[in-house]
Amino acid sequence: MRERDIRRLSLILLFAPFALWILLLIVLPHLGMGVLALREKIGPRQFEFGFGNFVEFLEEPIYWNTLLRTGSMSLLVTALALIIGFPIAYYIAKVAGGRTRGALFLACLVPLWVSDLIRAFGWILLLRETGVISTSLQAMGLIDGPVELLYNDVTVVMGLVYTVILFMIVPLVSTLDGMDNAMVEAGYNLGGSGFTVLRRIIIPYAMPGIVSGCIIVFMLSAGSYLTPILLGGKYSSWFTETIYEQFITRYNWEAGAAFGFLLLAFTSGVVWIGLKLSRQTLAGTVARS
Amino acid sequence: MTSSSDFDLECRNVSKSFGSVRAVDDVSLEIPSGSFFSILGPSGCGKTTLMRMIAGFEDPTAGDIRIKGRSVVDVPPNKRNVKMVFQHLALFPMMNVFENVAYGLRCNGVAAAEIRRKVADVLERIALPDVGGREIHQLSGGQKQRIAIARCMVLDPDVLLLDEPLGALDLKLREAMKIELKLLQHQFNTTFVYITHDQSEALVMSDRVAVMNHGRFEQVGTPQELYHRPASAFVAGFVGDANRWAGRVLSADRAQAKVETDGGGTTLCAVAAGASLSPGDAVEVFVRPEFIRTERLAGFGAADGNVLTGVVDSLLFNGANSRVLVRAERSALVEAGVTLTGGPDDLRPGEAVRLTWSPDRASCFAAAGAGG
Repeated sequence: MRERDIRRLSLILLFAPFALWILLLIVLPHLGMGVLALREKIGPRQFEFGFGNFVEFLEEPIYWNTLLRTGSMSLLVTALALIIGFPIAYYIAKVAGGRTRGALFLACLVPLWVSDLIRAFGWILLLRETGVISTSLQAMGLIDGPVELLYNDVTVVMGLVYTVILFMIVPLVSTLDGMDNAMVEAGYNLGGSGFTVLRRIIIPYAMPGIVSGCIIVFMLSAGSYLTPILLGGKYSSWFTETIYEQFITRYNWEAGAAFGFLLLAFTSGVVWIGLKLSRQTLAGTVARS
Repeated sequence: MTSSSDFDLECRNVSKSFGSVRAVDDVSLEIPSGSFFSILGPSGCGKTTLMRMIAGFEDPTAGDIRIKGRSVVDVPPNKRNVKMVFQHLALFPMMNVFENVAYGLRCNGVAAAEIRRKVADVLERIALPDVGGREIHQLSGGQKQRIAIARCMVLDPDVLLLDEPLGALDLKLREAMKIELKLLQHQFNTTFVYITHDQSEALVMSDRVAVMNHGRFEQVGTPQELYHRPASAFVAGFVGDANRWAGRVLSADRAQAKVETDGGGTTLCAVAAGASLSPGDAVEVFVRPEFIRTERLAGFGAADGNVLTGVVDSLLFNGANSRVLVRAERSALVEAGVTLTGGPDDLRPGEAVRLTWSPDRASCFAAAGAGG
């Protein structure tokens, strides 16, 4: 009897930190945000239950344009990260051996040791009007005056790809690792060209890793704040910036909370569509042990 | 003999080096159409490298590989009409059985209706007509094996390479698959090149066997030739069971040698064709257990050939392959074949016995280091 009590107690103690984390940091804040989002401001300190904040979002094109822009640019970042990351992951998992492999993996990890902020400032140092690239181009006589390479969409996309590509490479390496080399050889042996082998064998095999990497990368870039602000400047029009503005600048917590939920719903919807299109499941990709 | 397409596969003086390691060393072989050829050797002997060169995954350092009389050294693997069954089969897990078999046809741009007909036909021939819609993980080990073969055979290859495909199966299934592979080879009438380290697989299935060691062919011949007339000490030791004694030549002519074994006895044995031994040479003598006759010591007549007396040490019962271990005077244990019926006539440990064997059935080779 006592032994059973002890076992139950240890289970509760082990489970407690996880339960507290879920409850205090995820469930409660979202409940609070939910309540906030559904309050309509009708006068100073006067509120009423209603969907006014969401209606406001739909009525103001700049809001949903920003959200669509954030979504499409995040999709672009995801696609670029996949296109650049796949060959790197394939090289690490299948071509490089032993020590090279470890060194390459480490090289991918190193940028993560530096904070987001410092990395963004690194880009600024390189790209601003008086930055390294602009000055050296001038010194070489290739351009006449200084050029501003910051504050445009290309820079934002590039910076985001750089920040998130590791999260694409890691799941890809782990799936490609499990692929028997003989399968690729069999693909050639049975008459397949390099392209056929890639399209019909390697990519279908790596699909769980591809989908899992894409979900993580898309979520990270749609939800990122620092990189678009610092590299894109004032007019980067990232949706997180709109949320920030509602909360901090306009002190309109109700609208901010509603926008937060809209971002969550929007990105979840995109992920759901992506899963349906690729015929994968969350359990088979991100939650794969 | 030199330039003909009677041979589906020819290798001429093929060598392959990895750095300073010579994995395949000057190997030549010719495989006539429609035969079952095995390459038998211990792991690391270079047989897999040789097979990968035939399939095109490795380039030979020197020599020429010809398929149907045409050199394929510069042909990439996906353009060679040599198909391969991989050690772990390498079936594609993301495709079902039909798609696995159809893969090669699709690569060749065969029309959809033709693909359906050919796949159905080949599945019929391997006696699995209804599995097309199944996933790979739903198949049993033996079925996977057959699908892997069907996936190659549907493409009508000139040569089918098999890289120890039975290694992963359990014993009972392996025995059944040996027979099945042989039957499939007859049915498809395609040249099979089978790589294995298991001598019984090679002996049971093959028309001809090449025994490979240290990158070289030690002997190429029918299973019976290898077994009864091994050309080198390695072949005698590797193919089948054998008693192996070290000794020294007392006298020798071209066909027969008299050897004093280190245990003390003398034995007459056959000398392999082409080898010459002179008195004093260190040799190894091989005698297969089933060629040694064991009789109770009491009341024997005169015996010809080699005779050894000793005491039964123990009996190793294994059905038709039962053995008796006899401790001879001043000598190591000798293993001899015996029939154990379970009746009262069976030998028992401790009985005195006489072992006899014919000189033709004993072979001797210059001891290791002196070469084959």
